Amino acid sequence: MPEEYRFHLAIGSRFENIELVQVVLRDCLERLGMEEDTRHWVDVAVREALANAIKHGNEQNPSKQVHVDLAVEEDELVIRVEDEGGGFDPAHLGDPLAPENLLRPNGRGIFYMKSFMDTIQYGSGPGGGTLVTLRKRIPGAKTDSSQDQEEGTE
Amino acid sequence: MNVNVRQSGDVTILDLKGRITIGSGDVALRNAIHEVMNKGAQKVLINMADVSTIDSSGIGELVSAYTTATNRGAKLKLANLPAKVTDILTITQLITVFDVYDSEAEGVSSFS
Repeated sequence: MPEEYRFHLAIGSRFENIELVQVVLRDCLERLGMEEDTRHWVDVAVREALANAIKHGNEQNPSKQVHVDLAVEEDELVIRVEDEGGGFDPAHLGDPLAPENLLRPNGRGIFYMKSFMDTIQYGSGPGGGTLVTLRKRIPGAKTDSSQDQEEGTE
Repeated sequence: MNVNVRQSGDVTILDLKGRITIGSGDVALRNAIHEVMNKGAQKVLINMADVSTIDSSGIGELVSAYTTATNRGAKLKLANLPAKVTDILTITQLITVFDVYDSEAEGVSSFS
């Protein structure tokens, strides 16, 4: 595991704290060698996950935290965002592209996450809150095994 | 995000600068739209040239601005969309909802 890319942050449920995560995330994505376009869209997807955790999960209760984990697993960037809310069932989401939803002011955040990441997965965290896992393949990333081989030849 | 409001003839132009994201930029946009609508603006052009990032809340505010204007019998159009804003409007098919112009001049003249 390339530990230099791994981070964990816990932020209070305030929207301005999204920017703190973005600063760390952008630095990490840049060091991973992701192209500018990809970095931008991952950034947007994570922003959506954080906004949902703060707004819907923790209902902007600043005493509740949002936990963000970033890691490189195999050739994927894996970002986990977990809130301390009561859980969430994505099955009840409407289709933002349906004509009746097109002019709704909300309901697009998860659609954007799905659009900009390779996969997103919803589940429950250990504390019962919502845990969303976002994955994006990193072109040319060092896998665990290639990292081991490199270290072995030094 | 900063919002600058100016007039070009009878067209009210809103220059947006920065991030239209949840918690700050989205609220600033909502307030600016309500202000110009309450002053009776009928032709509103939003200049997006200096928008660096927009999220789903910002997109939601643009949609609300559009429906608010339409419900009041006004017209709201967009100009100078950065490529990534175009992309994010396109994937949710909202690019077909808004009247979008490549330049401010084109946007202003489209009202006449």
